[in-house]
Amino acid sequence: MATKAKTQTPDLANDDVGEENRLNLWRKMLEVRHVEKRVQDLFLQNLIKGTTHLAVGQEAIAAGFGVSMKDGDYTFCTYRGHAHTLVRGASMVGTLGELMGRECGMLGGKGGSMHLTDAAKGAMGSYAIIGAHLPIAMGAAWSAQYRGTDQVSTCFFGDGTTNIGAFHEALNMAQVWKLPVVFVCENNLYMEYTPIADVTAVEHPAADRASAYGLESIIVDGNDADAVWRVAQTAYAKARAGNGPSLIEAKTYRHYGHSRADPGKYRPDAEVAAWLKRDPIPFYRNRLIEYGFGEARVDGIDTEVLAEVDVATEAAKISPEPSVDIVLTEMWADGGSAWRN
Amino acid sequence: MAELTYRDAVAAGIAQEMRRDPNVVFLGEDVAAAGGVFKTTVGLLDEFGPTRVRDTPISEQAIVGAAMGAAMTGLRPIAEIMFSDFFAVCWDIIANEMAKMRYMTNGQVSVPVVVRTANGGGVRFGAQHSQSIENWAMAVPGLKVVAPSTPADVVGLFAAAIRDNDPVMFFEQKSLYGIKGEVPDGEHVVELGTANIVRPGDDVTVVALAAMVPRAHAAAEFLQSEHGISANVIDLRCLVPLDTKTILEETARTGRLVTVEENPRLCGWGAEIASIAAEECFYDLDGPIVRITTPHIPLPAADALEDMALPSVARIVDTIRTGID
Repeated sequence: MATKAKTQTPDLANDDVGEENRLNLWRKMLEVRHVEKRVQDLFLQNLIKGTTHLAVGQEAIAAGFGVSMKDGDYTFCTYRGHAHTLVRGASMVGTLGELMGRECGMLGGKGGSMHLTDAAKGAMGSYAIIGAHLPIAMGAAWSAQYRGTDQVSTCFFGDGTTNIGAFHEALNMAQVWKLPVVFVCENNLYMEYTPIADVTAVEHPAADRASAYGLESIIVDGNDADAVWRVAQTAYAKARAGNGPSLIEAKTYRHYGHSRADPGKYRPDAEVAAWLKRDPIPFYRNRLIEYGFGEARVDGIDTEVLAEVDVATEAAKISPEPSVDIVLTEMWADGGSAWRN
Repeated sequence: MAELTYRDAVAAGIAQEMRRDPNVVFLGEDVAAAGGVFKTTVGLLDEFGPTRVRDTPISEQAIVGAAMGAAMTGLRPIAEIMFSDFFAVCWDIIANEMAKMRYMTNGQVSVPVVVRTANGGGVRFGAQHSQSIENWAMAVPGLKVVAPSTPADVVGLFAAAIRDNDPVMFFEQKSLYGIKGEVPDGEHVVELGTANIVRPGDDVTVVALAAMVPRAHAAAEFLQSEHGISANVIDLRCLVPLDTKTILEETARTGRLVTVEENPRLCGWGAEIASIAAEECFYDLDGPIVRITTPHIPLPAADALEDMALPSVARIVDTIRTGID
């Protein structure tokens, strides 16, 4: 892809993406990349416990959709959800603090890496059971339709999700009810440790199922932020016009293993090397240079974002552990957890 | 006062809340045009229209998932799961998602949803359409659990459930749909977590739920007239929140505690109540706490077999009489 892009002559006069969006895409991708790399470092320092599922290599998808959303839109994502939460404008300190189990964590330390949520920003939760959040995202879209707003609900999930029942239930009902929901399958070629192709009856796990629900089959290069941005524009316009859901399959690759515990040794070296050459970050940097943004400006944003991540890291590190008093709070809407009188 | 069947009270309870709050919406299989397979929701489509009363595909995960997503974003949905046995099909979204959302997000998100379902046996449907699963729900932190035994409580508890800001599992007992009872005129709300002493007595406290309440009541009348035993019958109405205050006070006063549970034996809700009473009013007890339950078996279908399995009036009478003598 990088080679192909370099042979294209940028049509600056007819640039549908535009300067502001390109800079936003670049910044969002860098935010995700630098936070995720920092998460990896903090894990190795034993400052993050449990597990993490990094989106390094998949940043262009979260950025392409995130930049296309409006305030008030809803995002539903998975345990690999740091990216989708951050692109809604969630705080880096809140994110890193949550992963480190600190008081400043966006969930006070109760959720952890797999449940990042910033409802005020529209990030309606990270769901760690495969498939569950597709019906939930569909329900948020139903709510928007019922309330007569133009809000759209976006649901990000992996290729493995396409083989669970909830995927099919949600797609069917969303289409029957013509709901404003965009289902985004991030196909990184592996369901955890197993190649998705080994366990799926069709070549394109999401796109080849679209016709079963009367939906268009849409495949996009998930490592090209502009391409993702374009399919997002189309899907959101369709949803806001009342024309129902979309299902988009974005081809991508994760640079690390499935989770912290997985070194990813099951992937052929040549495959990994080929995809690392298609890393969405240097790819997009090249594009920005081609479009005349200038290296100083482009790399200046990189430096800025990295500095933000450094500041957030230090703030999270000095944040105390949460007060144990909150263990018994916020199960019920009254703020407590009493089950008896 | 109007006399309603338990069945009609379901529609009346839903209608009362849909009239009051435009954010209340209702979805489920065969609930709109067909009025429900138990005819519990007849008339709702006509009154509230197809945008508020919606038929769904046979997709239990989509039903409760949609309800949850809508509840997180401003609505107060009612989801019907036709038979409580089907909770197993969508248990992930009930137990892992709606129950935990508020806690995991440290209070960022509330899930004000009611999941209604036809629970329990007594109608010869066999093992996959007759279970009493209220104890499954009771075991999951973050779910409220309601099971009315009268038409008035169907309306009143439903109103409290839909106005509650947490997920409420609302277990209607399918063998009670045909019973009749007085329902107060005007708005009727029964606070969650309040047990009801339905028959005062002095010798033994009998705690029951849903279909076991009328059986315990009938047993108490028989014990009084035939054996001179005065049984104090409590309709628990809710498992979560649990009115332990009433249970403990009444147990202490009568010195005896019996639970009558339709759920199978192991980890039935009565075990929790027995444990609480043993810890907190042991020295007020005059004898062992006794649990009357369905045996730990799947429910059989034939009349004679199902009747043997479920706690009957005769079994309640015999157990209490033997225990007290």
